[in-house]
Amino acid sequence: MKNLVILGAGTAGTMMANHLNHHLKQPDWQITIIDEREAHHYQPGYLFLPFDIYTPEDIVKTIEEFIPKHVKLIKHKIDRIVPTENKIQLEGGEELAYDILIIATGAKIAPEETEGMKGAEWQKSVFDFYTFEGSLALRNKLRDWEGGKMVIHITEMPIKCPVAPLEFAFLADSFFKHKHMRDKVEITYVTPLSGAFTKPKSTEALEHLLDEKNIKIESDFAIERVDNEKKEIVDYGGKTIPFDLLVTVPTNKGDELIQRSGMGDDLNYVPAHKATLQSRDYKNIFVLGDASNIPASKAGSVAHFEAEILTDNILLFIKGEPLKEEFDGHANCFIETGNGKALLIDFNYTHEPVEGSFPFPGIGPLRLLKESRMNHMGKLAFRWIYWNVLLKGTHIPFVSATMSDSGKHYE
Amino acid sequence: METTIGGKSITVNEEGYLTDFSQWDEKVGEALAAEAKITLTPRHWEVIKYLQKEYKNQVALSIRHIGKSGVVDIKELYQLFPTAPLKTATKISGIPKPASCI
Repeated sequence: MKNLVILGAGTAGTMMANHLNHHLKQPDWQITIIDEREAHHYQPGYLFLPFDIYTPEDIVKTIEEFIPKHVKLIKHKIDRIVPTENKIQLEGGEELAYDILIIATGAKIAPEETEGMKGAEWQKSVFDFYTFEGSLALRNKLRDWEGGKMVIHITEMPIKCPVAPLEFAFLADSFFKHKHMRDKVEITYVTPLSGAFTKPKSTEALEHLLDEKNIKIESDFAIERVDNEKKEIVDYGGKTIPFDLLVTVPTNKGDELIQRSGMGDDLNYVPAHKATLQSRDYKNIFVLGDASNIPASKAGSVAHFEAEILTDNILLFIKGEPLKEEFDGHANCFIETGNGKALLIDFNYTHEPVEGSFPFPGIGPLRLLKESRMNHMGKLAFRWIYWNVLLKGTHIPFVSATMSDSGKHYE
Repeated sequence: METTIGGKSITVNEEGYLTDFSQWDEKVGEALAAEAKITLTPRHWEVIKYLQKEYKNQVALSIRHIGKSGVVDIKELYQLFPTAPLKTATKISGIPKPASCI
């Protein structure tokens, strides 16, 4: 019997377990998936927790309920991968051999990378919303916060869900308007990039939102440290930005097990081929989702599209046939803009988000790069699709793994 | 759009960044640096070569990452390319400024 092992039972790992379960049957293959956690969180929900739009119960289920019957789930911490010996070492010493390994260990925040971030003000006036605990702590703060300078900040790229900080700013604007205290809050968006938007079409289409919502921008800000006493963020160039409430996206890194295995780059992301998803260093290792270093966005939709292509490539690999260089970096993401509206963007490695309709030309029903209530309904409905369609490895009708030009307005 | 840099016809975007790295050469780099009021020293060139290498490998650039590269530390980077060093150094190097999905 051959062993296919998947590390990580988050979005990507779970989808792969389901995809491969259709194709790799016992007694030829045993699929094993390893994750030390009990819970599976719908991470896009973390954006909504601070504003009491979702409750914790809305976004938590178990890992187990999404793992198919014949896939073995091991609930244990992984110590490291020993790629030269085709085996995994679990914490405690147990070893597991593999014929094929899929790394789906994700990415998480590392606030300790920035001096002072996890200092005296952490979870008092300095918060993240990229963790369950962080979102809830921020929720509790916002429930009673009486106003002041809210600074929404990105430490460095890459981050998962690159649009989330902007969504947070938009939702915060609506939140405070709803509470009749918008005039008591100054919202500033601070980014290491040269603007809130970096792509021409997006800038053209969306820049007005920042003015309309009175969101100030500070760009080219490379944070050096958080000054907990003065309540300021300080960049390497000496610029300071004061805050009363800092909502920061810390450095995002891959799992430490990647570092323990000696396999990642300086942010613990695993080098992989951007179109085949095969590891650059080991032929029988593949990487899916946020854990890789490929230049695609770190987003659930990307993992979904990757999974369809990776499944094909795993089957080709098993047959000893050449892999398909098919993955094009396709991502499809909703962006909440507040007041019951959202945008949808659909893009890939080579094509920036443009206006148009999705998935059907003309008909839509979703509009690309334009605010609509339908898009907002789509974002909310997506939670159901995540639990009931996406995680199970089911293809979403009319949405191809590689980006389609259809319905898009390219000049 | 087409413009002339370092005596060559170069295609740039609306912010003056090269859209085709193969059009870059050292004279173009020097001309872009002059526009930014920077005189290039051998140290500058070491950083430029490093940035271009990272670009070829499609590595996301950040100040912290460059500071950990072993090529230059952050303090020196700001001395070499004052004010928004990432934005400035990438333009001179003929590579796109760091961008996100939108």
